[in-house]
Amino acid sequence: MIDFIAIVLIVTGIGFFAVGSIGLLRLPDLHSRLHALTKADNLGLGLVTLGTALLAGSLATAIKLLLIWLLVLAASAASANLIARHALERGDER
Amino acid sequence: MNALLWTLLDLLLAAMLLGLGWAAVATRDLKRGVALFIAFGLLLALAWARLRAPDLALAEAAIGAGLAGALLLAALRDEPRHEKPAAAHSRAGLWTLNLLSVLLAVVVAWALLCALEMGEGLRLAGAVTDHIGQSGVSNPVTAVLLNFRAYDTLLELAVILSAVLGVLALGPARRGYGLPGPVLGGLIRWLVPLLIVTAGYLLWVGAHAPGGAFQAGATLAAAAVLLRLGGVDRAGLPAAAVSRWLLAAGLLVFLGVGLSLAGLGYGFLQYPAGLAGGLILVIESAATLSIAVALALAYVGGWSRSGSTQPDSTQGGSH
Repeated sequence: MIDFIAIVLIVTGIGFFAVGSIGLLRLPDLHSRLHALTKADNLGLGLVTLGTALLAGSLATAIKLLLIWLLVLAASAASANLIARHALERGDER
Repeated sequence: MNALLWTLLDLLLAAMLLGLGWAAVATRDLKRGVALFIAFGLLLALAWARLRAPDLALAEAAIGAGLAGALLLAALRDEPRHEKPAAAHSRAGLWTLNLLSVLLAVVVAWALLCALEMGEGLRLAGAVTDHIGQSGVSNPVTAVLLNFRAYDTLLELAVILSAVLGVLALGPARRGYGLPGPVLGGLIRWLVPLLIVTAGYLLWVGAHAPGGAFQAGATLAAAAVLLRLGGVDRAGLPAAAVSRWLLAAGLLVFLGVGLSLAGLGYGFLQYPAGLAGGLILVIESAATLSIAVALALAYVGGWSRSGSTQPDSTQGGSH
């Protein structure tokens, strides 16, 4: 049962990654591309880590996985902010 | 089924490495080339992990992709145009280059084949596992780097030191960055202490699991790079006089331990049984600081001109 839940979580997470990647390739301007990429990736990675944490078998590994998610969350939010601000200041919104 | 999936993943990884390597070299836009190189380094770290060499994977991700990428970006920063000049080779020169490249490829392939076909008798892994009990540590990589082949690591530290002396000889640091916005500033404020703790953990864990001085030093240097990007001109390095000593500490302590052991009659870097673990930790701690200062100085590009005008609250190394 736990295996099944984990697989559903991971597959859903991969779906978010796919949507984010399609958004990165298809959306017209920088800000909407960033929006698609970061939202989808953060949620996607969250679901994947939740799934792998269920499969990890030990609480220590599960906590490490969640910490990795939090770190990536902070780094990706900050870099999205940096890219968006830089583009806004330069007026370069392609 | 599982084995097939792993093989597919490995093949995909190998193909992407070749593709990224080619793209990084072939692109005319240097900035794009650097970005591709960083992606290449991250995939290379994955490849090392697949080869079950987590020590190398850590080092590749931290130094190969992270710090080398940051160094390349810093080098490009002051370039007015990010384009490779068009190559002006004659036809004959181009053919010579192609011929030399093919020759090099043949030599490398031949060396790889020799390594793959080497007899069991020449492999040293068995000897390492047999003697690891006497090395003072239980991580075979650390045992080789700091005990069985400590001489190599000593010379590596000397190479790093001389490389940084070369960087310092080029003059003062480039100009620093402006103050960051609240988001980056906040991220730096809680990432830098986390990186320092992680570096300490990597140093300590190196005795019995993947980690060690190089990975720990690179992590500390990453904290310095973050500080520099966040407007701290000196990147958290202590004053120049202290930094000089820290820069040389790894080599000095390593040599000091080796020579004292030789003086006591054990032979150069022949650790006495029982003391090996402690001595390795002392050497690795000094090496971590030296590597961190060396990489940070290389990134900053020399001694910072603004000197001691930085407020103390932002000095990363002294947290």
